[in-house]
Amino acid sequence: MNASPETGPDADDAWRRGEGAGAWAVFRRGVASSPELRPGLAMTVVMGLAVAAGRLSIPVALQRAIDDGIDTAADGSTTVDFGRVVTFVLLAVVVVVISAAVAAWAQRRLVRVAEAVIYGLRTRAFRHVHRLSLADHVETSRGVFLARVTSDVEALARFVQWGLLSWTIGPAVILGVLAVLAWYSWQLALIVFVAFLPTVPVLRWIQVRQLAAYDEVRASVADLLGEANEAITGAATVRAYDVGDRAAARIDRAAERRYRAGLRRNKYMAAVFSIGDLFGSLALASAFAVAMWQRDRLGLSGGELVAVLFLITLLNEPVGELGETTDQTQEAIAGWRKVLDLLDTPIDVSEPDAGAELPLGPLSIEADGIGFAYRTGDRVLDAVDLSIPAGTSVAVVGETGSGKTTFAKLLCRLADPSDGTLRLGGVDLAAVDPDARLRAVRMVPQDGFLFDTTLRENLRFGRDGATDADLEAAVDRLDLRAWVEGLPDGLDSPVGARGQNLSVGERQLVALIRAALADPGLLILDEATSAVDPETDAALTRTLRRLADGRTVVSIAHRLATAEASDLVVVFDAGRVVEVGPHHELAVAGGAYQRLHDAWVGNTTASPVNEGVTP
Amino acid sequence: MSGTGFVPAVRLVAELVRPHPAPFSVSVFGAAVYAGGTVAATIVLGRIVDRVVLPVLDGDAELSGSSIAGWAALVLVVAVLRIAGVIARRYFAGMTSERASRHFRRGLARSYVDLPMSFHRRRAAGDLLAHVDADTEVAVDVLHPVPFSLAVVMMAVFAAISMLLVDPLLALVAFAVFPLLIGFNRIYTHRIEEPSILQQDGIGRVATVAHESLDGALVVKLLGRTDAEVERFAAEADALRGHRIRVGDLRAIFESVLDALPNLGIAAVIVIGAWRVDQGAATVGGLVQVASLFAVLAFPMRVLGFFLESVPTSLAAKRRLESVLHEPVPDRPSASVPGGEARLEVRGLCAGYDRVSVLDDVSFDVRPGEIVALVGATGSGKSTIVSALAGLLEPTAGSIRLGGVDLATLDPADRADLVRIAFQESFLFADSVASNVGLDRPGADDTEIGRVLTVARADEFVAALPDGAATVVGERGLTLSGGQRQRLALARAFVGEPRVVVLDDATSAVDAAIESEILDALRSVRSSDGTTVAPPSMLVVAHRLSTIRLADRVVFLRQGRVAGSGSHTELLADPDYLALATAYEQTEREA
Repeated sequence: MNASPETGPDADDAWRRGEGAGAWAVFRRGVASSPELRPGLAMTVVMGLAVAAGRLSIPVALQRAIDDGIDTAADGSTTVDFGRVVTFVLLAVVVVVISAAVAAWAQRRLVRVAEAVIYGLRTRAFRHVHRLSLADHVETSRGVFLARVTSDVEALARFVQWGLLSWTIGPAVILGVLAVLAWYSWQLALIVFVAFLPTVPVLRWIQVRQLAAYDEVRASVADLLGEANEAITGAATVRAYDVGDRAAARIDRAAERRYRAGLRRNKYMAAVFSIGDLFGSLALASAFAVAMWQRDRLGLSGGELVAVLFLITLLNEPVGELGETTDQTQEAIAGWRKVLDLLDTPIDVSEPDAGAELPLGPLSIEADGIGFAYRTGDRVLDAVDLSIPAGTSVAVVGETGSGKTTFAKLLCRLADPSDGTLRLGGVDLAAVDPDARLRAVRMVPQDGFLFDTTLRENLRFGRDGATDADLEAAVDRLDLRAWVEGLPDGLDSPVGARGQNLSVGERQLVALIRAALADPGLLILDEATSAVDPETDAALTRTLRRLADGRTVVSIAHRLATAEASDLVVVFDAGRVVEVGPHHELAVAGGAYQRLHDAWVGNTTASPVNEGVTP
Repeated sequence: MSGTGFVPAVRLVAELVRPHPAPFSVSVFGAAVYAGGTVAATIVLGRIVDRVVLPVLDGDAELSGSSIAGWAALVLVVAVLRIAGVIARRYFAGMTSERASRHFRRGLARSYVDLPMSFHRRRAAGDLLAHVDADTEVAVDVLHPVPFSLAVVMMAVFAAISMLLVDPLLALVAFAVFPLLIGFNRIYTHRIEEPSILQQDGIGRVATVAHESLDGALVVKLLGRTDAEVERFAAEADALRGHRIRVGDLRAIFESVLDALPNLGIAAVIVIGAWRVDQGAATVGGLVQVASLFAVLAFPMRVLGFFLESVPTSLAAKRRLESVLHEPVPDRPSASVPGGEARLEVRGLCAGYDRVSVLDDVSFDVRPGEIVALVGATGSGKSTIVSALAGLLEPTAGSIRLGGVDLATLDPADRADLVRIAFQESFLFADSVASNVGLDRPGADDTEIGRVLTVARADEFVAALPDGAATVVGERGLTLSGGQRQRLALARAFVGEPRVVVLDDATSAVDAAIESEILDALRSVRSSDGTTVAPPSMLVVAHRLSTIRLADRVVFLRQGRVAGSGSHTELLADPDYLALATAYEQTEREA
């Protein structure tokens, strides 16, 4: 089966229909992607053979003991050759003990190989996610990415701990049993084989349904979590509007769906376990009947038939177990496939091998026919031409969805334009060395995410190797000493998960200090839309003004006041630049900007000053 | 671990099973049939060896075809019986745990919506979600092996009897080997407990790092920290690998020993059996019967261990669920407010979080139809007042009255009808626009929803949505901008005939001009069913001068106290208020 990424969706469909080829294709892709896996394959063979040898030795010993050690006379009296019985049994005991030792050794090796594969897969997937362009990091994909490096890999890890052993031991025992059976009587081996044959289509028939049932369980769990999440994150709204019954009823409905899905899954699980037993009993009865009817032609001894009956019961466990682990195997294969698919997602932003440097100091920006479209096809930027001299402060304005944020993201190469080129300081951004870009271009995002550690460590992320003295100097340079000292433990204050101990505005301050540490030539600021309290806002404005000095600054402005204070205003509308110019010109140009501006001015003319209170 | 004891295990199972007796009973019955069938199969095998196989194949007796068919049929009948038992046992055991899960989940749902808001402030959302999902699954996990374990006990009894009937000496081998098997298994589960817990913790840690790192993907990229993040993640993944290998090593050794033990037992049975056959004390068929019992019993004997193994984790998970389920739910008060004009009176209000007092003796009034702006620096207590109004916070002293009735004694449904809050963070359910606005309230028909959408200036963008007001928004629906979300939350607050509308900075993402239009529209007198509807009073938490300007009166808060009340101009005499107003003004002017 072709496993190239383009056929991904088809492979997916094939798998959903329960076609084994899907599993096999995933396995081949997995082995190709994880070379560590190869030595493990040999280990599975060694281990399977060892376990099979241990289990088979006992029925053979029993056969020898009955046929050669115990002699039943015609009158029913028996004589036992005790020495022979003990010899056969001792031989079997030696085989059992050695094979147990070998199996233990092989399993330990196998575990190491498998864990190395999982570790490699997980870390590679994690790195891949971080390297994907921001166009792939849309809101909805976050949970998916998280699932790839956690639950999907865990499904594989669980399989390694349990299902893998069944797959290692099961086939070896089954083949071993059939081989010994054939040695006693190939006809009986054939009968047993034929009797077990229907288990394959029957198990597959169940598997397809089981897989669908599992999908439904997973979907219903997602549904349940979604509903519960609403009741939790919307707790205030639920109480203020007294809609608890509604919220609880929705969770109940999801719990009911989960219950129905669980019952369905149960039905197939209950059946799967018994398939081996059912066909095993059929094999046992037919082998017995045939051996007795055809006793003259087959010529089996009593001991041999006893061994045959014993051997057949040895088949029940591996067949049942393989059926039993199907669901786990399915989950593991599905998880594996999803992780491999993720690894196949092309990295849009590839870093140049020998990257160009960027000039020091403020950077000019030249956009030449830039367009950008998401993988889904949504086009958000179209033929954007723009030339901004170094050292200019630019306000980018426009409505939500106008493309202004995307433009800013392209500036720090969070994604590459679908067409056109973007040059900073005269250098094609795509050719710039990543370290140089990191130093020279900094973006302060709207909601600055902080890591769950101290303020100091968060600031240090601004520049690799920044010393405490560097941090202190940056804080002083931006005149933020008072703010830092107002925090419970100054620079050593923990910021909390995601930085929740700080306000949105304060998190932007942190991002500004980080930027100051890097001393970039281009600073991009995504203004916060949500309310920033006035004290912090004043500090932000002051800090930004200090930081802007001697750099090119691009602000994604949500407040027209920002635009008013900028050298140049760029107005975006529906993915295109519709106006460029200084505020005072555009404000009276009669275009989109004037409309925005008038709306704003109309609401803020009155002020305390006008009422004659402030001096 | 104390949890591994037998008594707590039985108690745990009894508590979980009590509400679902029927499926559990069927399951146990299936288990009994399965146990009987398993032992019966070995007896049939022994008989076949003695009566058919050995005499006939060794040429000492003849046998008719119908008699062969009879024995083969017996083998099949016993098998079918046993399999029916297995299926009944498994299906109904599954049903029992699914029912127990559903029972927990319904209980949790009730608790999540009925417990006071302080509960949600105390508990992390992630934990509450885990209770619904993983914790519930783990808590009922213990039920699955229960019928099987009971079957194993029955099997052991049946097997012991059948072996004693064959030969007491052979039975002795079993009595020596099986306790050894169970003992080894106990040691195994004991030894593997610690690394298993570490492994479980490791999975959690890997997830935590992944969650944080991917949440901050933008910042990771912007700061070029991909390599550092991969390293941090790899360190946790590597630690997890270490724990997994420890678990794997223990499994490798113990599983091999546990696999070999019954085989060694059979070896002993053959030797001793041969000796007993020689003495004439047993038959070869008896020997085969006991040997095959070893083969079929080895695995079930170990499952008894699985059951005991799952007890501590299930018990811990159940305790986590009960920490929610056993929280006392306060009674719903039932007072109602008489019709007509109603004044909102805040009297001596004190409130706070976790014994940290935020509000100290706050008193003010909002007269019918009045717009009052609540102004104060960060941390002055504005949002705490809103929480108290919404019933999300219990005052430690003082009261809030509407039309003379204490809000704390008011029926929550009435309170929700009369007092509407639009929060700072506009929360939308993953549901249609219409449902989000109307919340299925009586009277919230299409006309009413259309009206409030217009008042909230949301009508235009809603009309432009793919399915209009039927478009699903929120978590799993269409993503709306901050301003659009706020306008839907506002519309929700306007549905019906509220007496008081509280806006907690609920217009921050809405343009000032639009904000003013919205408040004007809300203030205008309208008629419904021929009667005039008086406009609601409004309490507005304001961060903008433009908003403050729309108010009839300003209540100025300073450190949890009312520092002044009056018109904006009057309050400017207070230097703190002036400083704040100037800061707001600068924010709006400067950049």
